[in-house]
Amino acid sequence: MAANNFRHALFCAIITLIISYPIIGFNLEAQGINVMLTGADTGTVVMVLLAAVMVFLFQLFREQIMGALRSVPNPLPQSSKEPMAENRRAKIESWVLTGIVILALFWPFFVSRGSVDLATLVLIYVMLALGLNVVVGLAGLLDLGYVAFYAVGAYTFALLSQYTGISFWLALPIGALLAALFGLVLGFPVLRLRGDYLAIVTLGFGEIIRILLNNWTTLTGGPNGIGGIPDPTLFGMEFGRRVKEEGNTSFHETFGIAYSGEHKVIFLYLIALVLAVFTALVIRRFMRMPVGRAWEALREDEIAARSLGLSRTAVKLSAFTIGAFFAGFAGTVFASKQGFISPESFVFLESAIILAIVVLGGMGSQIGVVLAAIAVTILPELAREFSEYRMLIFGAAMVLMMVWRPQGLMPMRRIHIELKKQE
Amino acid sequence: MQDLLYFFQQLINGLTIGSTYALIAIGYTMVYGIIGMINFAHGEIYMIGAYTALIAITGLTALGVAWLPLILIVALVCAMIVSSSMGWAVERVAYRPVRGRHRLIPLISAIGMSIFLQNYVHLAQGSRNIGFPSLIDGGFNFGSGEGFQMSLSYMQITIFITTLICMTALSLFISRSRTGRACRAVSQDLGMANLLGIDTNRIISATFVIGAALAAVAGLLLGMYYGSVDPLFGFIAGLKAFTAAVLGGIGSIPGAMLGGLILGVAESMTSGYLSGEYKDVISFSLLILILLFKPTGLLGKPEVEKI
Repeated sequence: MAANNFRHALFCAIITLIISYPIIGFNLEAQGINVMLTGADTGTVVMVLLAAVMVFLFQLFREQIMGALRSVPNPLPQSSKEPMAENRRAKIESWVLTGIVILALFWPFFVSRGSVDLATLVLIYVMLALGLNVVVGLAGLLDLGYVAFYAVGAYTFALLSQYTGISFWLALPIGALLAALFGLVLGFPVLRLRGDYLAIVTLGFGEIIRILLNNWTTLTGGPNGIGGIPDPTLFGMEFGRRVKEEGNTSFHETFGIAYSGEHKVIFLYLIALVLAVFTALVIRRFMRMPVGRAWEALREDEIAARSLGLSRTAVKLSAFTIGAFFAGFAGTVFASKQGFISPESFVFLESAIILAIVVLGGMGSQIGVVLAAIAVTILPELAREFSEYRMLIFGAAMVLMMVWRPQGLMPMRRIHIELKKQE
Repeated sequence: MQDLLYFFQQLINGLTIGSTYALIAIGYTMVYGIIGMINFAHGEIYMIGAYTALIAITGLTALGVAWLPLILIVALVCAMIVSSSMGWAVERVAYRPVRGRHRLIPLISAIGMSIFLQNYVHLAQGSRNIGFPSLIDGGFNFGSGEGFQMSLSYMQITIFITTLICMTALSLFISRSRTGRACRAVSQDLGMANLLGIDTNRIISATFVIGAALAAVAGLLLGMYYGSVDPLFGFIAGLKAFTAAVLGGIGSIPGAMLGGLILGVAESMTSGYLSGEYKDVISFSLLILILLFKPTGLLGKPEVEKI
């Protein structure tokens, strides 16, 4: 046993060396048309060797280490107690949520402009993740091209404002409805496909949308994107220093206060907050409606659900369309916040991040998804000094999370009755 | 005559790209056939193969080795070793612990691994694309001197021959060898194979190693053909190869070969006759259409759902 263990550990250490030394230990440098090869400095080489030694030691004492880890209590225990009675749990939840929302309403007036801006981004991700949660978490449809609907929403606003001068408030429902229409049109043929095929088709669709946006230069401006997207107005009041459109007044003049750039940032934040709360409430309603139950039923057992008379296409399509609708919503807010959009913002990585948020939060659980959206957006900002390593850590964290806590931070729990074990 | 030559030129270009797609697609299709997961990090393994080959080639050139076949073979072997080790390690770290869980879990783990590997190479080698020396120059020219000239470069011939050798070797391996037979058994029924005394963990690892080695071959070939590599080089190629695997019927090795060739030809025809920018749109649309009308792909077996 010991000899076997030693051989395995040695093998793992050698593999570590093979996969790290050639890539890390040599630097390719382009000099004109020639490529030069230089060895990395000693520090890096020592690090590689150290990593190999660590892998060796870990594998050698794997049993002991894992045993020690298992005796450490889990910080996020999977609670085994019965779910609280439905109305009590709902009451507590709604009080907590109301408290958080009220806090969030007043919070931006006391902090810096940068944090409010970041918080707006967090809220956009919250909207996206809540929308994708319907598709992936509740209906169990794996959508890897969710960002396409986000792009549809953003580009709808940008294009309409450029060609017809439409305002944010009118563009918001139009963008969302158009995204929903895209979801409907794409979903109708492809939702018959089984899980993984669906994943790859949606991924392909996301890429198609991005490539179209990138290459249809006459309409979308191609890689240069579209700029000059107007800010939202408050009952015809603009937040700029000067009024851009006739018939509007400016916010600071109406209320007789000094102009400040912060007004606009805070206003955008509040809009995003209201929309995120709206999204959460609507989806919460849906979850308790027959259609929401049907999503989950179909996810759990398709054949059983169909034999009970649920239409597979209608149920899946409704989830897909609703998910797309809220992505369009988020897209419009995003376009308005940035003032400029380009296909760069709608790459596959974005879809992966939103999916990671949903899974990290615990599929189906709304509070979990909100927390995960906050964590995934804010943690990289806090770790600015490691910004080069940000995506590396993000990828590694995704893998580790799946290995150690695949059910997410706060898995969704349903009111359920367990059969008593036979004595 | 000109039109015909132009058509044949596009066909040759398409088959060249397509045969390398087929090499990458085999990695996807074998893994999917055995454990039913999309190995999202496969494109990155291919990219690492290309980088390793480039490092080996520059290293050998700097050492003063001038004999071309030696350089190519050493580069190929290095790339295959590093990529297969990477494939093995990825399976061990990211996929084995989550095997058998809900199907979203391995997929997310794979996406995480793909992001990790991309940034690993990005940090180690920088994000700029690096020129890949074209070691094999020249070729045959056909057609009249005026106007369009059709050419078949030695590089393209090398790609065809290498792919052919790899495919034949793989087919022989799968159909004749003991491990190959075990691979087929595991892909038919994992549980049963396990009961019959096949070490399924070993076979699954072997699948990843074989797929990664073929991806490394494709990495060297395509790196030389395109003339540059960068850390994002694997993502789109991986996506295309996956499309090819699905097109041909995922889980089926001849399907992956066929799918790769069809995809390559469709792409080069699009860039030849329509516009190079829309070739990806065409390949993904092709995928969607095939899935709609033949959801199991061209050569895939229809799956019977049992209750």
